[in-house]
This record gives sequence, C-alpha cells and structure tokens, in this order.
Amino acid sequence: MSDNAPAPAAAPVPAVPPSAEPPEPSRGETLLREMLSSSWVVTTLAIVLALVISGVLIAAADSTVQSTATYLFARPSDFFSAAWHAVTSAYVALFQGSILDTGAPTFVRAIKPLTETMTVSVPIILAGLGLGIGFRAGMFNIGAQGQIILGAVFGGYIGFAFDLPVGLHVLLAAIGAAIGGGLWAGIAGFLKARTGANEVIVTIMLNNIAVYLIGYLLTTSAFQRPGSNNPISPPIKATALYPHLLGSQFRLHAGFLVAIAATVFVWWLMDRSTIGFRFRAVGANSKAARTAGISVNTNYIWVMVIAGALAGLAGSAQVLGTEKVLSIDVAASFGFDAITVALLGRSKPLGTFLAGLLFGALRAGGFAMQARTGTPIDIVLVVQSLIVLFIAAPPLVRSVFRLSSGSSRRSTRSVKEAAA
Amino acid sequence: MKLELRGITKRFGSLVANDHIDLVVEPGEIHALLGENGAGKSTLMNVLYGLYDPDEGQVLIDDAPVTFAGPGDAMAAGIGMVHQHFMLVPVFTVAENVVLGHEPVRGARMIDLPRARRLVREISDRFGFDVDPDALIENLPVGAQQRVEIIKALSRDANVLILDEPTAVLTPQETDELIGIMRQLKAAGTSIVFITHKLREVRAVADVITVIRRGKVVGSAPPSAPETELASLMVGRSVDLGVTKKPAEPGEPALRVAGLSVIDHAGVLQLDDVTFEVARGEILAVAGVQGNGQTELAGAILGLQKPVAGSVLLDGTELVGAGVRDTLRAGVGYIPEDRSDDGIIASFSVAENLILDVHDRPPFARGISLDPATVEASATQRVDEYDVRLTSVQDPISTLSGGNQQKVVLAREMSRPLRLLIASQPTRGLDVGSIEFVHRRIIAERDVGTPVLLISTELDEVLAVADRILVLYRGRIVGIVPQKTDRDVLGLMLAGVPLEEAQVQAAEHHTALGAADIIATQEERS
Ligand SMILES: Nc1ncnc2c1ncn2[C@@H]1O[C@H](COP(=O)(O)OP(=O)(O)OP(=O)(O)O)[C@@H](O)[C@H]1O
Ligand SMILES: [Mg+2]
Repeated sequence: MSDNAPAPAAAPVPAVPPSAEPPEPSRGETLLREMLSSSWVVTTLAIVLALVISGVLIAAADSTVQSTATYLFARPSDFFSAAWHAVTSAYVALFQGSILDTGAPTFVRAIKPLTETMTVSVPIILAGLGLGIGFRAGMFNIGAQGQIILGAVFGGYIGFAFDLPVGLHVLLAAIGAAIGGGLWAGIAGFLKARTGANEVIVTIMLNNIAVYLIGYLLTTSAFQRPGSNNPISPPIKATALYPHLLGSQFRLHAGFLVAIAATVFVWWLMDRSTIGFRFRAVGANSKAARTAGISVNTNYIWVMVIAGALAGLAGSAQVLGTEKVLSIDVAASFGFDAITVALLGRSKPLGTFLAGLLFGALRAGGFAMQARTGTPIDIVLVVQSLIVLFIAAPPLVRSVFRLSSGSSRRSTRSVKEAAA
Repeated sequence: MKLELRGITKRFGSLVANDHIDLVVEPGEIHALLGENGAGKSTLMNVLYGLYDPDEGQVLIDDAPVTFAGPGDAMAAGIGMVHQHFMLVPVFTVAENVVLGHEPVRGARMIDLPRARRLVREISDRFGFDVDPDALIENLPVGAQQRVEIIKALSRDANVLILDEPTAVLTPQETDELIGIMRQLKAAGTSIVFITHKLREVRAVADVITVIRRGKVVGSAPPSAPETELASLMVGRSVDLGVTKKPAEPGEPALRVAGLSVIDHAGVLQLDDVTFEVARGEILAVAGVQGNGQTELAGAILGLQKPVAGSVLLDGTELVGAGVRDTLRAGVGYIPEDRSDDGIIASFSVAENLILDVHDRPPFARGISLDPATVEASATQRVDEYDVRLTSVQDPISTLSGGNQQKVVLAREMSRPLRLLIASQPTRGLDVGSIEFVHRRIIAERDVGTPVLLISTELDEVLAVADRILVLYRGRIVGIVPQKTDRDVLGLMLAGVPLEEAQVQAAEHHTALGAADIIATQEERS
C-alpha cells in the first residue's frame, strides 16, 4: 500500500505535486506528509544517527573529557579513551536503566528496568495512537496533553469518590476517563466542523485550559484530599486500580494490556472498519470523500472524540495505575511525547506502539543514566529531538548514510501522482 | 534541436511500461504520440524530462548522448514539459508560478516580481493569451491554468516542448487557440511532442505520428491517414468511431428540475432559474463551454451545493436538502468532471477507490466491519469488466495511467442499479477505444430505462450520444433542442445565441465541419 512507496525525493520538480492532495495543503500538512512517508529504514537510521550525535554531546559535557582535551595534542589517547568511556558508560547506564540491569543482584531487580519502561510507555502509546488517528484523518491534534488531564480527572474522580465492587469500579473509572478525554477533544472537533476553527490552535488552547482546570479542581472540596493543603486528591480506592501484572514489587499494571488492546483496536478501526475508511478518505482527499457522500464535518468530530478517548485512557493509566492519585502533574509531558511518538511511528498502530516503548525506555533509562554517570537527563530530550529532526528530513539521513533513494525509484511516487 | 530516444526501456516492477522505444524528433517538427490509456506515453515523456531514469536506452540531443539527473537538467538542455496534470502551486499567483524554480532576483535575493509579471505579459502578448499575472491559480478555470503551464514552459526558452494531453481539459475554442500557438512555435523552430487522444487534433497539426501500444512502438503514420486507421493502429483492433444506437424510447419523466438557481461562494449567480426534465430511458446532454453553470448544476442535484431556489425531483422525491449520501443512496450515479479532485483518492488502492461511496454497505461491510476479501474480489471483477490496465488492485490508484484512473471511476459509478446517472465529462482523457466503450455503457444504461444526464463540453460527444441537447450559457438555458441539430447552430447557441437567431446565422455562414454534418444528415434522410 501507499506506505511502501518510496518517499518522494526532493527532486526539483517545477512545482508541488498537486491533484492528489486536498485543495490547499498547509505547511504543517506538507511536513506531516513528509514525516509519514519516510520509510522504516530511515526511521531506524534516524535513531542510530541521533544516538551518535548525542554521544558527541555526552562526551563534550563530560568533565574528564574536558580536562583531557586541554592536553589533547600531548596525549591524544587520554582524550579518546576518556571520550569513549564517557559515551559507553552513559549508554550502558541508559540500557541498564531501561531494559536489563545486568549488574543487579536479584532477578527481580534485573528486570525491573524493563517493567518500568513498559509502565512509562503506556500513556505515551495510548495518547500516540489517538494522535495517529488524527494525523491520518488530516487533523493536527496537539491536544493530547489536555485530553490526558481530563481523562485523569474523570477517571480519578470515579476512582476515589465512589465505592463500587471490584472489577466494575476500575471498568467504570477507565470508561469515565475515556469519556472525559473524548469530550475534551470533541470540543475541538466540533469547533472545526461548525466554524472551521483551526484544530491546532484550539487544541493548544484547550491544553492550557486543562492545566488551569485541574489546578483549580484540586483546590475544591470535591477533589482535594481532606486535611491536605497540597493540590492532591484522595488516594484512588483499591477497587479502582489497574491490577499489578507481575506482583506488587513492580509498578507494571494492567494499563499495559489496555495499551496492547488499544493498538489492536486502532489497527482494526483504521484498516478494517468503515469508520476508519472514512477517516482515511477525509484525510487523504476531503473533496473526493465529500463527493462520495462522506460527511467530512461529522468525521472531524468523531476523529477527535476517538483520539481524545484514547488520550483519556492514557490519563487513566496514570491515575489508576502508575500514580494512584490525581495530582497537578499527573500527565507529565506525555501528551507532547505522544506527538513525537505518533510521527515516529508514522501514525500506524504498531509503529506507534514500538516508538512508544522506545520513548518509555529513554525516559526510564534517562534517570538511571543521570544517577549513575552524571550525564544530564536532558540528553534524552536531545536524542528525542534529533530523532524527530532526522525523520522530518529523510534526504539528510540518506545523504549521511549515502543511501541513494534508488535511482530508478527516484521520485516515482510524487511524479506519478502528478503526471499520471 | 534534434532529439532522439534510443531503445528506452522503463519497468515498474514486473510491468514493462516502455519496451525499447525509439523515437526521433526533428527540429521544428510537431511529433504526435498516439496510444491507448496506459500505453506508456507519459512514462516515456517523464524519462525524457529526467523524472524517471530509464532502465535501458539513451537520450540524444543533436546526436550527443545526455543524461538527466532531474527535470532541472532537462530544462537546462532546452526541454520543457506541460504535464498531464498541472504542477502549479494553487496559492501562488500566475507570475509566481511561472518563475518558480528560476526566480529572477533583485538585490539581496528578493524575487523580482515586476520582472516576473513582465515576462508573463510578454509571452501572453506574443501568443495572444489572456492571463492576469496577478491572479491566484486556485481562482482560475482549468483552461487558464493550462495556459499558465504553457507560459511556464515557454518562459524557459524550450527548444523541445512536451505537451502531455494538453487539450483534455480545454474547450474547443481553447484547443483551436492552442493549435495556433503550436503552429507559431513550430514556425519559430521549436519541436513539439504532442500527446492527445483526439485524432482530429493530431490530423490538424502533426507532422509525424508515432503510435505506441503496450509499451512498444507499433508504427507511424502520416497525418493524412484516415482516423479509423489511426484508431485501429492504436487499439490493435478496428474501432467504431461513430456510436450506433437505437432511437430512444423515453418513458415518463423521472428527473424534474424546476427553477434551480445556485449562487457560489463569491456571491455570483452561477445557475439561473434552470428548468428541465429527463425521462426514463433518455439521455439529455448538457452542452456548454466549461464554466457556464454545468459544475453547479451537477453539484446542486447531488447535494454538494445548496441551491438558493428551485427543486430537484427524482421519481417524485425531493433531492434538494437531502445531502450527498442520501442522494447517492437514492440511486444516483455521479461521474465527477475533475477526476483527481473529486473522483479518486490518489493514495488509496484501486480496490478502495472502487468502494468509496458504497464502502459501508453489504457485501463490502458487515456492520461497521469491512470485508477485504469481498472488496478485492469485486474490484478484480470490475477491473476486468472495464479493462482497467494495472498490476494489482491493491496498488495505489496513483500508479495507474490517467485514462485507467478514469475507468475506475466509471466502473464504480456504473456498476450498481441506478435511478439516475449524472456523467460529467465521462470520457475526459480516455483513448478512442475506451470512449467507444464508455459511450456504449452509457447508452446501455439508457436502454435499461435509466435517465441519463450527460454533461459535456465536447460537441462530438454530445452529438454522438445525446437524445436531446440542453445548451447552457452563463447559467441560463439557451435552448433545449433535438439531437439532430446542426453543429453550427449548436456552436452559436454555445455562445449564447438563441435558437431561431442561430438558425438564421448558421444558414448564412456554414463552417466546413457543419456543412459536412448537414450533408451527412441529408444523405441519411434520403
Ligand atoms: N509509478 C508507477 N508505478 C507503477 N506503475 C506505473 C507507474 N507509472 C506508470 N505505471 C504504469 O505504466 C503504464 C504506462 O503508464 P503511462 O502513464 O505512461 O500511460 P499513458 O500512455 O500516459 O496513458 P494515458 O493515456 O491513460 O495517460 C501503466 O500501466 C501504468 O499503470
Ligand atoms: Mg498519460
């Protein structure tokens, strides 16, 4: 299918390949398209390249390396071994902190990092899946952050305010979270459908509103923990918690199963259901979709509601699984990581799932790296940003790796779309 | 400049789109390329223009081999191309589009727009184009966009100009103008490679004709060769250029359009109080020059555009206000005039494009679940039935040739039970064989009793297929006339002259084609 087609190279085609695109592709859409069409090879190479460049930065930030650099020409070997040591120990720590702690005394402690990675990746994956649906439907939804928060608020409230039987309670809390996120995102979808309001701006605004909303709610008697002055809710009732998957010595909870189920669901939705067919049609050519009797506006709303529901579930994983309490920063920056993850996974469910795990690993491992080697955790941010940068610029990656985009494949697709 | 292609071969996977093609274009020659849909014409030209690398073979300019890494090289070597689909930036002005890629700069790399404008004016004046350099492309009708493409190619001093189906979207008048321009260019020494499916045009302007079939050169012909001979050379069998059909047996009126008026976004009255009926088993052709309200008429019936007044009754049910989906459900088949804009989704597979408007109905969907096996099976069947040339129905439709994409649209719209068929430019971009096929399908649809509204700017098509002809001019009906109407009378009506006056004027002054028609009709009668 289309994703196997080679990425359009930056051939000096006289003008944009037209016709296939909706009437006026904005700059954001063009960027989006470029990201989505890059191949798996480029993705992998982008990750490698990002790690290499970050390695240079790690070395540069290392104090031993800095001091050996002062006598670089006298004893270059010192410098290089110091640099090598700094980079390898940082990446080893990153690995040990995110996948397998090879130096750990017990088995439980050895695999704990992997379970942490999985735990951290749950909200990123769930929110990323939702964003991916939006991207494929042509909607640049930046609002996962706010949708996660609203999901956490709804799910958390049901979780601490009600007494319900085991099973039912967590189910209702999760559903509530999905509804919360869905409604919040639905506002942006509704405004776009009704007034043509740009979803980018609306969702960014909704993010801000959500942050202030949760801040305010946690000062009200309905939400604030009795007897506490901190903006924090009562603990979630045990009946509303996602059960632990591997016993209580690990944080890993059933939210991970929700993420797997959601991945399969989104695949089915987008590739096997009439709803996803319409979403993709609207995203790829809204005029043709309209002519075929598909209501573009209705689909805008549904895309947002479903994306928001998934982000809401991400919120539920935080509040009902990982944090077990509703607090101001319950969403951390997962909503923004999710944007990167959805783009990295090219908005496909499996890709998003894997990219989410990668980001979870970077996050979990970053702490270990900072603790053990003193490498600032910000390096993780650098890695993430570089990955995105390289994914967004496939020609750059190709030229670094001297990967010809294939002479005969050159621009096949862009040309064909134009010159059919 | 002499241009030669030697042994060009281009494969797409297992498909050989060009198979050892040899072609020589002499300086100052108009070289027509004929061939069925998917024969490999566009592919060959894309190779020549540096967009594809050939798998084998060479391009020679003035007997010296050249290789082009991209269109930039081809342009530098003096080759200009007007693509089958426009390559214009919709939100840029004409002048900006023309200079895009080689912008004249001024001072600190500022685009010299005044100079770009002057360039556009200069070329327009030279060839008698009427384009405003400051108009936005998206606001221009297709004919004008086509001219912008040509200006763009000319602005780079092309010695060889490739025109890939430039007339597919032009009105007859515009085509005449283009042919004039081609003659002018030829006189100035420019060679032209001209791709078209319209044999009449080829015979009017070409010096040499090369025919390609299934990727191979199958022969060449002088422009004096009869049309039927060219047609059979292209298709590989004899083609019936005229359409044979029984007289219509109209039943009771099925579609009643009354007092329909449409105002567009800009507040312009595009359709003005239009009233007509189409009976069951009848083809009513809407003739008119592009942009005289045809788009709005189809849009209003389908529900894409809300009319400000009037009603559309299909078998007694009001369609105005029903919405596109319900209108399609009511049994309306719609072939949109602009295939790439409204008809297909380029990134979707052929199979998916074949179910765009029926994707949520059985047998393709059960509940909200799609059935990929059925979708594929039905696609394979349709593709066979309509002779769509492709490798796999799972390939994106964008890998099909233009004409084959059009056949996919037709296959989708005409293979379910219909209560009304609206066909807008149904044969745009099709080869003669496929046109014959489509015309026969439309007539067959009529013969089972479906009312057909055929919207066409092609007078030949209108005269060949219609039972009655409605002429639209500036959104108003000039007249509704029987099929046996004199071509010259129709021509005048297209320009807004009412029937009686047109008859008087036509009697006084007959054009060659019109006279021939009259003789033919008289012979038929006697
Ligand atoms: N990028 C591509 N990938 C796969 N197949 C392709 C590609 N481009 C062209 N083809 C195939 O090559 C064949 C030739 O296509 P081409 O566009 O050259 O035909 P054409 O002669 O221009 O036809 P038309 O008159 O319909 O425009 C077709 O069968 C088409 O499906
Ligand atoms: Mg072509």
